[in-house]
Amino acid sequence: MDHSSEIEIIYDKQGNPHEVIDFNDDDEGSKLGFWFFLFTELMLFGGMFLVFTFYFYRYTDNFLEASATLNIVLGGINTFILLISTYFMGMGLINFKNGEVSKAKVKIVLTIVFSIIFLTVKYFEWMAEIHHGIYPDSEILNAKEHGIILFFGLYFTMTGLHGVHIIIGIALMVWVILLMNRGTITTKKYVIFENVALYWDLVHMVWVFLFPLFYITGLGR
Amino acid sequence: MTHKSFYDETHTVFGHHENKILQWIFSIDHKRIAILYMVVMFAFFAVALLVALTMRIELFFPGEQVLSPDQFNQAFTLHGVIMVFLFIIPGIPAIFGNFLLPIMIGAKDVSFPRLNLFSWWLFLLGAIIALSSLFVGNGFADTGWTFYAPYSTNTETNVIAALTAAYILGMASILTGINFVVTIHRLRAPGMGFFKMPLFVWGLYSTAWIQVLATPVIGITLILVIIEKTIGIGIFDPAKGGDPILYEHLFWIYSHPAVYLMILPAFGVVSEIVPTFCRRTIFGYRSIAISSAMISIIGYLVWGHHLFSSGMSEWAKVTFSFLTFFVSIPTGIKFFDWIATMYKGSIVMKTPMLWVVGTIVTFAIGGLTGVVLATLGITTHLHDTYYVVAHFHYAMFGGVVFMMFAAFHYWYPKFVGRMYDETKAKIAFWMIFIGFNVLWFPMFIAGILGMPRRYFDYLPEFTIYHQISGVGAVLTLSGIAYMAYVLIKGLKNGEIASANPWNATTLEWQIDSPPPLENFRNTPYIDFEPYDYKDGVPVHNLYDEIHKGR
Repeated sequence: MDHSSEIEIIYDKQGNPHEVIDFNDDDEGSKLGFWFFLFTELMLFGGMFLVFTFYFYRYTDNFLEASATLNIVLGGINTFILLISTYFMGMGLINFKNGEVSKAKVKIVLTIVFSIIFLTVKYFEWMAEIHHGIYPDSEILNAKEHGIILFFGLYFTMTGLHGVHIIIGIALMVWVILLMNRGTITTKKYVIFENVALYWDLVHMVWVFLFPLFYITGLGR
Repeated sequence: MTHKSFYDETHTVFGHHENKILQWIFSIDHKRIAILYMVVMFAFFAVALLVALTMRIELFFPGEQVLSPDQFNQAFTLHGVIMVFLFIIPGIPAIFGNFLLPIMIGAKDVSFPRLNLFSWWLFLLGAIIALSSLFVGNGFADTGWTFYAPYSTNTETNVIAALTAAYILGMASILTGINFVVTIHRLRAPGMGFFKMPLFVWGLYSTAWIQVLATPVIGITLILVIIEKTIGIGIFDPAKGGDPILYEHLFWIYSHPAVYLMILPAFGVVSEIVPTFCRRTIFGYRSIAISSAMISIIGYLVWGHHLFSSGMSEWAKVTFSFLTFFVSIPTGIKFFDWIATMYKGSIVMKTPMLWVVGTIVTFAIGGLTGVVLATLGITTHLHDTYYVVAHFHYAMFGGVVFMMFAAFHYWYPKFVGRMYDETKAKIAFWMIFIGFNVLWFPMFIAGILGMPRRYFDYLPEFTIYHQISGVGAVLTLSGIAYMAYVLIKGLKNGEIASANPWNATTLEWQIDSPPPLENFRNTPYIDFEPYDYKDGVPVHNLYDEIHKGR
């Protein structure tokens, strides 16, 4: 669609001019829409947190016991890694707004690198659990108490769902770099980049809640 | 037709196509997308109607007629899934919302036209997945449209396909919701404040918020059932400590707001039709607008009334019961406002108005029986009986679908540029209206006497109720078929419609019928309320201003 960028102006009865927003070129609208999308993500994870809360209160002892068996060091390192990645994402956006395109690209690549480290650590954590025979519907897990079965069921589901979001995030960041190279995202028009940065904030915020719930609650047991 | 309409030219997502069909299915024009939705939706509506008729035939006599017990379970699941997820939930927003929302607020399209087309593609994908599961493996799910755990996690039928379909349809719904909220916030014509928007737009606005905030909850719930079924995490499995009641809560946290998601845009339709055919400003504009928002807020907090007999603390029951009574208040406000608008107005009983008046009767019955069901003492007796089935259909069919039919007649000239045959359309109304009451009213009585819902067989003393219902079903279906015939015939033979055949006031009547691509040659400045009549004539005529320079 090649709507040339002429702005439509209309006048009220007093003759004051009013700009008609062009639906094809409305960055404010795109950002607003993305915020609403983030609301839906919050509700999606919110449903999971609701389930967690419900079972946490029903099987508090089991949950604390199971939480103590998770590797808090790896979980903690991962939290830092994700926070650092977010820092780079934010810096990248600031660089880009200041016109420093190549610096911004480096920051996005760093974000991707840290996300991959996060996923790798996560992979080893999961593998360790699975090696111990702890995965959904395994004989060892099914022989344990109800609360422990549910804790690990939720652990794999929620961190898995979060992991899927990380993978999507990586894909989006690669896409952003491609769009920058192609000239679709420019230092004047970068709403896609802003939205991806917002998305990344959501992803790390979710982890900031997952970490204490799964890893810290059992501390000292 | 002297002007070029959106039927003649369009914008497509991948550049230009010579092929007419590609010009449709890749079109990003909101009006074409509305019609794409309409085609798919009515194909499925017809299927679900035939499934319902088959069930009524099965129930015409006690014992087994045409369906086995298992097939009967699949039949009511199929009927429910199609009607709820593919017809009523998307119905008015996807067809009329897409077509009218941008026009009513003076915009050229929605905020994200390509996303809008993508929603339709998702919708189609979900529909295909749902339908294809009929023909593979053990056939369609047999759980009922609510997919209650733990049965849904154990049955051998294709529950996963049905859940995936529902999830994808939910995504389509979310994206449409986001699109509408942003459109309403960003693209209103200059001068049009929130309280200068038509009430249909208010209905869509409240609906869109429910789509955005409630649908993800069912999304995650359906995913959990899929995960439960495939890898067995135990969340809904009592053998592993899980709680199936939790599923019911999660399910209804979405699905109860979803019934308001269905009805709010329908209320919006009524609020458009009533002032037009009473030739006067609507009574209590603000109270109607705000009551839509109130319904969508309170509607979030009443889901527990679906679980009264599932096991809940007394306090929770009383609270949910109270909130359910409470949600009927904003609905009542709307009804009184409409009736106050009609009072002493010079009502023109054209078909759309006839449908609205009919709906006020049937929906009042549907709504008030809902209040009966929210009463803790009575609900224990009526739970899972035909009374619930009758209540539900009075509210959904006698409410939402009737209002949708009203909308079809009202905006017909705008959609197609011609008029339908008024007399025949009225005959169709009476056929459906009478058939509808014959079909569902006996179910109230059968329900009170103890006829359980979803049963494939019944005791002989219920025969008479089922047979009256069966007759009503045939009459209703013939009425719908006749209505479809009248509307389709009008496409070719109807009189040419003017821009404003009803003397209505909102913006869609200020442009040509059918509307041109991008709707407004010149965007109007809106500094007046949407239903301004003086002596039975619309006050503002913007046609010349909008079409200036053509």
